[in-house]
Amino acid sequence: MSAQERRIIYAHIGQPGYTTDIDCYLRHGGYETLKKAFAMPPQAVCDEVKTSGLRGRGGAGFPTGVKWSFLDRKSGKPVYLVVNADESEPGTYKDRQIIYNDPHQIVEGTLITAYAIQAKQAFIYIRGEFQHGAKLLEKAIAEAKAHHFCGNNILGSDYSVEIIVHRGGGCYVCGEETGLIESLEGKRGYPRIKPPYFPAVLGLYNCPTIVNNAETMAQVKHIIAMGGAEFAKIGVPGDRGTHIWGVSGLVKRPGLYEIEAGKATFGQLLYDFCGGPLDGRTFKAIIPGGSSTKILKFGDRFKGKLPSGEEFDWALEDIPLDANSIMACGTGLGTGGTIVLDDSVEMIQALANLNAFYAHETCGQCTPCREGSLWLSRITKRIAAGGGREEDVPMLKDIADQVAGRTICAHGEAVAWPVQSAVPKFREEYLESVRRRNKGEPSPYALKLI
Amino acid sequence: MTSKLKPETLAKADEIIALYPERRSATLPLLHLAQEDHGWICHEIIEWVAEKVGTTPMEVLGVATFYPMFHRQPIGKRHIRVCRTLSCALRGAYHTMEALEKEFGIQRGETAADGSVSLEFVECIASCGTGPVVHVDHELHEEITPERVKELADNIRATLSDPEYGKKEFVPGTAAWKG
Ligand SMILES: Cc1cc2nc3c(=O)[nH]c(=O)nc-3n(C[C@H](O)[C@H](O)[C@H](O)COP(=O)(O)O)c2cc1C
Ligand code: SF4
Ligand code: FES
Repeated sequence: MSAQERRIIYAHIGQPGYTTDIDCYLRHGGYETLKKAFAMPPQAVCDEVKTSGLRGRGGAGFPTGVKWSFLDRKSGKPVYLVVNADESEPGTYKDRQIIYNDPHQIVEGTLITAYAIQAKQAFIYIRGEFQHGAKLLEKAIAEAKAHHFCGNNILGSDYSVEIIVHRGGGCYVCGEETGLIESLEGKRGYPRIKPPYFPAVLGLYNCPTIVNNAETMAQVKHIIAMGGAEFAKIGVPGDRGTHIWGVSGLVKRPGLYEIEAGKATFGQLLYDFCGGPLDGRTFKAIIPGGSSTKILKFGDRFKGKLPSGEEFDWALEDIPLDANSIMACGTGLGTGGTIVLDDSVEMIQALANLNAFYAHETCGQCTPCREGSLWLSRITKRIAAGGGREEDVPMLKDIADQVAGRTICAHGEAVAWPVQSAVPKFREEYLESVRRRNKGEPSPYALKLI
Repeated sequence: MTSKLKPETLAKADEIIALYPERRSATLPLLHLAQEDHGWICHEIIEWVAEKVGTTPMEVLGVATFYPMFHRQPIGKRHIRVCRTLSCALRGAYHTMEALEKEFGIQRGETAADGSVSLEFVECIASCGTGPVVHVDHELHEEITPERVKELADNIRATLSDPEYGKKEFVPGTAAWKG
């Protein structure tokens, strides 16, 4: 059976004639869900989201309703909502489409969430490079205000909230929620130590804060529109709703495909949706959910037990596209940004490319992350440039092992995981790259990645 | 006060500060605002931002140097940023960069002697499915393979003498709209 898209979040994206102004949005039923939410007590809105089983779309997949329930209400301090539109994980470009083509969807979801958690103020932290995206969101907010969907006494209620669009400065680690909060406070984006700085307790201005991804906001809108129980029928146990798979790299049709959780496989995604490999090429590996997730190699078998107790034995192509199945294969669904590598790719160069990214983006607070990312980058670059030694290859893994789990924020894992997963899988090819250069043999790879 | 910025910019700064629960949060917005007006972040602007948001110039300098988007020295009239991260690299970004270097006669990280263009590699700008992508100021150019570099470079050169550059209305679907 061939898999199909199920467009909920992207229902209107790419539709001819669909525009970003509020009139178009209203014609398509926009802000009706906001009205529905405002007719409910705030806690009931939170309960619907909990019932839905939605997991956040920012990469970590934390259950959204559960996160909201962690808010420290006892302190009496104001609550803040921060929408994470930093979209900085390499391979990820799904939020961009919503921001640029359907900004009101994010604004409506943000307003519903702000009401549900009774936020005093909401922010949309958007990556600095989305200059026009920030303008589109600001315009959408102004239009929403003019219609009394935002601002003072929304829809005649006694709830008021403003949304500030805040542009970042081109820094990956400001996508990490506590780095983002520091950045929003006007500081360098140094992630904070947890504990004590769990955002739901000590977040923005040391007040309880919810940080949620931009797509998560859009998902919330649809949960309230259809009801939590109805939403919980979409997808599979443990992973509800749809995922937007953003495929990039070496496939015939890179692009964004919204698929019901668990209702297609990587094989269907890469062959049916993306048209398979480029002519004359064969697939070699994928990085399934943004550059920080562990790499999967074609030809490997994936065996184990699912949380349901069911045993599985899959080829890469058989892995179902839901969080639990992918996690059972030793990696993560992450942001759904799948990067595809084929036989034209020299794996040591691909690794050097990613290592250079993490070395550039480390904030430098933690020694293992700062030094580790730099060493990994230098060593892989050196191998690619022809100065490698065979002992470099196991050393890469040793260094990565000393970074993961020893840092303030998950950037440490992001540094380590690509190396920890790729070295065992591509050791022979890496060694071959070292030896070939040492012997001065010509490279069979024309594609330059570093 | 600073003489480096236009009166409109100064007025806009006060509007921005008033939005935030705490004025220090306006640091990044003011740096963006100042850079859009003046082109780069000079020391006088650092001092101005510090005074406006109620912190020290040292703190603002720390911020301005932490975020790659802020320039601490003047850059070319057109700023060409090529994404070099994996998805774009797989589609040929390094070859695109080499072609751009040849086209403009400068290396990555350099500004042309006549101040026309600056060329830079940047990290992922969230358009990975249409790589290689190139930002020219705030315009997003997609699928800039080495073969399409000549066309892009000619377009960039043509804008150098266009007095309307940067003032045009954004049109949906265009490079400027996507940036
Ligand atoms: C280094 C790093 C970068 C991150 N970048 C982003 C990002 O660009 N966008 C995002 O939504 N979440 C990002 N996250 C995840 C956030 O910390 C946070 O978990 C997320 O915004 C929560 O939203 P959700 O609960 O809706 O998934 C990043 C995390 C790390 C460690
Ligand atoms: S893990 Fe890396 S990015 Fe995160 S706080 Fe430490 S040094 Fe900074
Ligand atoms: S890798 Fe170039 S835009 Fe993401």
